[in-house]
Amino acid sequence: MKTVIEVNDLKVHFPLGKRRMFGKPKSWLRAVDGVSFKISKGETFGLVGESGSGKTTLGRAIIRLVEPTDGQVSGEFEGVPVNITDLPQNELRQQWRHMQMVFQDPYASLNPRMTVKEIIGESLLANKLASGKALENKVRSIAELCRLDTQQLSRYPHAFSGGQRQRIAIARALVMHPEFIVADEPVSSLDVSIQAQILNLLKDLQQELKLTYLFIAHDLSAVAYACDRVAVMYLGRIVELASTEKIYYTPKHPYTEALMSAIPDLDPDQPMQPVFLKGEQPNPADPPSGCPFHPRCSYADKDICTNRQPEFKELAKDWFVACHFAQDLNLKGSKDY
Amino acid sequence: MIFKKKKNEIRRMDLASYWQLVWWRFRRHRMALIGGILLGMFLLITLFCEFLSPYGPHSRNTKYTQGSLMGIHFFDEDFNFHLRPFVYARVNKRDPVTFRLKAEVDTSRQWPIQFFVEGEPYKLWGLFEARIRLFGTEEGFVHLFGTDQLGRDVFSRILYATRTSLSVGAIGVFFAFVLGLIMGGIAGYMGGTVDEFIMRLIEFIRSIPTLPLWLALAAALPREWSALKVYIAVTVILACIGWTNLARRVRSRLLSLRTEEFILAARLSGCSGSRIISRHMLPSFLSYLIVDLTISFPYIILAETSLSFLGLGLREPIISWGVLLFSAQNVRSIVHMPWLLLPSLFVVAAVLAFNFLGDGLRDAADPFAK
Repeated sequence: MKTVIEVNDLKVHFPLGKRRMFGKPKSWLRAVDGVSFKISKGETFGLVGESGSGKTTLGRAIIRLVEPTDGQVSGEFEGVPVNITDLPQNELRQQWRHMQMVFQDPYASLNPRMTVKEIIGESLLANKLASGKALENKVRSIAELCRLDTQQLSRYPHAFSGGQRQRIAIARALVMHPEFIVADEPVSSLDVSIQAQILNLLKDLQQELKLTYLFIAHDLSAVAYACDRVAVMYLGRIVELASTEKIYYTPKHPYTEALMSAIPDLDPDQPMQPVFLKGEQPNPADPPSGCPFHPRCSYADKDICTNRQPEFKELAKDWFVACHFAQDLNLKGSKDY
Repeated sequence: MIFKKKKNEIRRMDLASYWQLVWWRFRRHRMALIGGILLGMFLLITLFCEFLSPYGPHSRNTKYTQGSLMGIHFFDEDFNFHLRPFVYARVNKRDPVTFRLKAEVDTSRQWPIQFFVEGEPYKLWGLFEARIRLFGTEEGFVHLFGTDQLGRDVFSRILYATRTSLSVGAIGVFFAFVLGLIMGGIAGYMGGTVDEFIMRLIEFIRSIPTLPLWLALAAALPREWSALKVYIAVTVILACIGWTNLARRVRSRLLSLRTEEFILAARLSGCSGSRIISRHMLPSFLSYLIVDLTISFPYIILAETSLSFLGLGLREPIISWGVLLFSAQNVRSIVHMPWLLLPSLFVVAAVLAFNFLGDGLRDAADPFAK
């Protein structure tokens, strides 16, 4: 499989706390702290983790909506390799034709003062790709593809429901026919019934337009439904990365196990047996020593886990885990998804 | 089902643009509408005060100095109705005690009020020679709000003062707006040290008590300057202090907008910086700026009025509300000519109208909030 996006030791650190006047910040929040993975063409790469684990920041840093502090992101679009992290601003703007984003909140991501037609056609206009009748036609065809009523294109976003708005946002992202889409929790602000519609739409569009997705979510069932491979993030790092089946049925990292045990069973009579984690996610500005997960891990070894940070290593083919005892632990997976 | 919506029915709401929504929401705000109408009237006065006033601001009626208000009547002494309103004639009599000339009402004679009469010549907007005035009398005179010590028509003077006061406000607000937009824009856009510096500067300016600051600045104006120069200088002084609030508002809006998802989406769409600012950022806080402007308007007007009242702002022959009130300062003139205080009513009306309008606009500016 051809690689579309390759992320290498990516770091995003935000300055923290009160700056001394005209001085340097005191400490840094490590939102993303050394993340590496590859996304191959045509796949849906899932990214899960609890709030504050750095999913959104990672997604934005890959397409450089947030400037990374360190590390490399390279891509290959239309057969041409690009080093995304080193692009100057004006070239980056051009490369954004190939990488687009669907945002989480369809109420905040559409400019309320523009009609749907203007919103979808904006990028064509800004990049001087089409104008006049051609623009109109392109907007229409992409709107049809996203199952929007083409008679309603001259309305304003406030006239649409959440699901329709998200379809508008998807149409806007797709109008330039990009290859890579970062879908940042595209369904988490929608009703469950609408969620399925949008997920199916994303799947259909992927087939039709040969798209590659980075699918960010905290809803594990949505991820299971949509993704080929899944990476689990904890405190700015990926702790486990494998195919969806492996992650869901046979997790190798204690954190993944805890996540999977929290998926509710379809049968309401089945008692749930979630693995409870101690405490809360630590402050990412002040991460624990050694393995960042050790204060909450029930399998943690006092000596090794508190002092040594586990390597993110390949356990089996295409199966990466960051745990000292990945091989030795016998962890439970989700029964079904 | 009754509530089922027809499938392809287009509701008016759905096609409405942002400004239509704002207008529909604004319309429901009764007080704001009244404020708006009042300000519309003030605007008419500002534009056409020469036509609306029966006399020039400096022309003196020596037959009626310190004259009291002249009421408009439709019924005469015998309760006969007159379609054309009239004022009773005034005759000068010498007071037997003080030997002063004093005007007295002569109910036996009437001076009918004529509309579109030829009065003193004037130049509309300094361009067109004209003589027609909205109302006046052919015989005798009409001073609705009385006259001052020199026999000048208070009504006409108030109309002229309205023009000055509102234009000082408008120009002051305009300068403050430009200054605030630039400073706030720089602070919000550049961030970092520049932002820090501008914010501290604003805090410094705001920490100075305003009245002494005005006094100092106004006192720094050379006394030999012409009234027009003083007029411009005063508006600039007011703007120099007025911009701080707006700059803060612009900065905070810019900062919060920068991370808004639709701005990020616009960046991803390949929009250039100027396109993002002009197409996406400005329209989304323009409404807030308009609200801010209407609310900061009365402050500038009040500032000008108080400066002039203290004799440090505008001076004769330019007349503003503050200049008119300046002559109503001593107790004697208030006792003998309470109508000299009438300009203060206009000040109150203007300030209230601006506040009501601003209030309504603030509610309407965000039509998407339920």
